[in-house]
Amino acid sequence: MPLAARRSLLAMFFACVALLGIVANTRAADAVTISIACSGVGQELEFCKGAAEAWARKTGHALKIVTPPNDASERLALYQQLLSARSEKIDVLQVDVIWPGLLGSYLLDLRPYAKGAEAQHFAGFIANNSSQGRLVAMPWFANAGLLFYRSDLLQKYGQPVPTTWGELTASARTIQDGERALGNERMWGYVWQGRAYEGLSCNALEWVASHDGGAIVEADGRISINNPRAVLALQAASAWVGSISPTAVLNYAEEESRGVFQAGNAVFMRNWPYAWALAQAEGSVIRGKVGVAVLPKGGGAGRHAATLGGESLAVSKYSQHPAAAADLVLYMTSAGVQKDRALRGSFNPTIAALYQDAEILQANPFMGELLATFTNALARPTTVTGTRYNQVSHHFWNAAHDTLSAKATAEQALARLEQSLKRISRRGTWR
Amino acid sequence: MSRGALRCSGAAASRAEEVMANDILRPRLQNAALRGGLAAQRVRRAWWMAAPMLLVLAAVGAWPLLRTIWFSLTDSELSNPGDYAFIGLENYVGEYGLLASADWWQAVGNTLLFTGLSVSLETLLGLGVALLLNQASRLRTLLRAALLVPWAIPTVVSAKMWSWMLHDQFGIVNHHLLALGVIAAPLAWTADPQLSLFSIVLVDVWKATPYMALLILAALQMVPVDCYEAARVDGVPRWQVFRRITLPLILPGLLVAMVFRTLDALRVFDLIYVMTSNSRDTQSMSVFVRQQLIDFGLVGYGSAAATCLFFMIALLSIVAMGLMRRTFERAAA
Repeated sequence: MPLAARRSLLAMFFACVALLGIVANTRAADAVTISIACSGVGQELEFCKGAAEAWARKTGHALKIVTPPNDASERLALYQQLLSARSEKIDVLQVDVIWPGLLGSYLLDLRPYAKGAEAQHFAGFIANNSSQGRLVAMPWFANAGLLFYRSDLLQKYGQPVPTTWGELTASARTIQDGERALGNERMWGYVWQGRAYEGLSCNALEWVASHDGGAIVEADGRISINNPRAVLALQAASAWVGSISPTAVLNYAEEESRGVFQAGNAVFMRNWPYAWALAQAEGSVIRGKVGVAVLPKGGGAGRHAATLGGESLAVSKYSQHPAAAADLVLYMTSAGVQKDRALRGSFNPTIAALYQDAEILQANPFMGELLATFTNALARPTTVTGTRYNQVSHHFWNAAHDTLSAKATAEQALARLEQSLKRISRRGTWR
Repeated sequence: MSRGALRCSGAAASRAEEVMANDILRPRLQNAALRGGLAAQRVRRAWWMAAPMLLVLAAVGAWPLLRTIWFSLTDSELSNPGDYAFIGLENYVGEYGLLASADWWQAVGNTLLFTGLSVSLETLLGLGVALLLNQASRLRTLLRAALLVPWAIPTVVSAKMWSWMLHDQFGIVNHHLLALGVIAAPLAWTADPQLSLFSIVLVDVWKATPYMALLILAALQMVPVDCYEAARVDGVPRWQVFRRITLPLILPGLLVAMVFRTLDALRVFDLIYVMTSNSRDTQSMSVFVRQQLIDFGLVGYGSAAATCLFFMIALLSIVAMGLMRRTFERAAA
C-alpha cells in the first residue's frame, strides 16, 4: 500500500474514532442516573436488578439500586418520610398493592407515558392503582389468597376439594381425626394467618366477602362491616381455633403457617402463590402431594373470594428525570419481563394474556386454572379510605383477632369496629 | 441502737445535708451574694457566656417542642404536611380526641406497668449486685467491667438478639426449657399477649440492672468505713447496719438513679418496637406516637399524643424532684 493511501486510511480511522467519540459523548450527556428501590425479599432483588440492568444496557442510562427495608411497614414509613421531605433520591419505587391510596399524591401520573399499555393488565389492579383518576403505579406481579391442599390425604379419605367453608371444616376434621388415630399426633386440619397484622386483614376480608358480607368499607365510603353475614363469617373462623387449627395460629404469619404445612402436618393451608414453588421444591416432604384451589365460598349463597396482593412500580413526583424513570417502569412491567419472572421465579404476571402462555403454564400449572381468581381478586378498600387505610386495616385486624381469641363475640367486635371506623372516617365522609 | 452506730446515723444526716447543700442551697446562697453592685456585672457576663448554649437549646429543644404543640392543634397529615387547618383542641378532647381513645389509654397503662415493673426489679437487683460487688475483692474491677456489657450493647441489637432467643419456634430459651421439662409446649414469648410485656420487662431488666448496680456501687463506696467499724464494735446486727447506716447514706444516690431510670423507662421505644412492633398489648406511649405519626400519617393527632407524653414526663419529673427534695430536707432536719 502506498504511503499516501495508508495515511489517508489512518486519517479516516481517526476521523471515525473522533466521530464515535462525539456520538458517545452526546449519548452520555443524555444519559441520566435512575435510582430504583427494589425489595430485597428472597429472590426479588436478584430479579429486579437483572431486569433493570437489561434496561440500562438498552438505553444507555445509569442505574442506582437502592434496597429499602424488607419489612413492608418499615418500607412504607421510609417512603413516606422521603416523599414528604420532597426527596429526589429515589426515582422508581416498588409499592405494595395497598399503598397507592396512601402515597398517591406523591406519585407521578403514568397514563401519558403508558400510552395504553395499562389495558393489558388486570382491570381490578389498574383500578386499585388509580388515585383520583390518575394512574399512579404500574402492576408488576400479582398475588391472591389461595387454598393449598394435600391431594394424597383427600384421596385417602375420599374427600373432594372443598367448595364451601362448611365442607372444608368437615373434611379437615375427618382427616385430622383419622390421621391422629393413626398416630400422627401433630396433624392439623387447616392453617392460615391469624397474627394481628395486615395478613389477618387479608384472611378476614376473604371470610367476610365469601359470605357476601361486603368489603368493610364500600366504594362509596359507606361502612358496611357491621352486618349479620360478617358476624357469621367471623363466628365460623373462630370455631376453627383450637379444633381444626392450632391455637398458635393466632400468632401465625405466612411463614409460620407454611412451616406447619410444609412439614406435612396440615391438610389445608391458606397462603399466597409463593408457597407453591417451595412445596414442590426438591427435598420437600410434600412434593407432588399438593394441590391448589380457589378459597371456598361461605355457604351456597356465598362466592369465592381471594384478596388481591402484589406489587407495582411507581415514579416519584419529585424525580428529576420523570421520562426516563417512567420508561424504566414500563420496561420492567412489560410482558417480556413478566414472563421471564413467571418462568424463573413463579411470580404471577399481571397481564391476563400471559396466563395462556404455554411455557408459563408448564412451569406453573396452577396459574392457568386460577386466572379467574386473579382477575376477580378482591381489592382491600384502599382507594376509598385513601390515607386512612392503615388505620382501617389496623382496627379491622384487631376486631378479627379479638373475636378469634374469644376476647369479644363477633357482634361486639364488629359493633366496636363500626364505631372506630366512623370515628376515623369522620362519620363516613373519609375527608 | 448503740451510740457508735447512732453517730453514724448522724453522719448519714450530715452527708445528706451536704448533698442538699450542693444541689439545692447553692443557687439560693449565690442569689444572696449576687445582690451586691459587682453582682450585676457578673450576672450580665454569665448570661453572655450561657447565651450560645441557650441558643442551641432553643434550636434543638424549645423550637421542635413548640412546633409539635402547634401541630397538635391542627389537622395536618403526613401525605400533605403543608396543608392544614387550625382545629383547636379537637385532637385532645371530644369524640375524635386522644382522651377518648381506648388505644391511647392502653398505651399509657402499658407504659406505666412497664416502668413500675422494670424500675423496681432493676433497683432491687442492682442493689443486690452492688452490695455483692462492694466486698473488697481482686475480682471487683474485672466484674465491674464485665457487668457493663449488657448496658454497652445498643438496645436495638440486644432487643433483636433477645427476640431470636425468645422465638417460639427455634429460640434457645424454649429449647432449654423444653429440654429441662419446665414447659410442655413452646411458649410464644413475644407474641402471646399474656407473656409479651413480661418478656419485654425481662430484657429491660437484663439491660438496665448493670446501670443501676454501678450507680448504687458508686454511692456505696462513699459510705465511710468507720461507720461500719463502729457498728461492728457495738455488735449491731447486719440487717440493722444495712437499714440504719447503708440505706440512709446511699439513699440520695439511689433516688437519683431511680429517677433517671424512671424517666428513661417512660419514654421507652426501641426495645418494644423491635420485639413486638405495634402490637396493642405492649404498645408504649412512644410507640403509639410513632404509629400515629408515621404509619397512620396523622401529624396533628400524633403530635397531640407526643405533647401529652411530654407533659406526663415533665409532671412526673417535677413530682419526683419535689419528693427528693423533701427526702433530703427531712434527712437534714
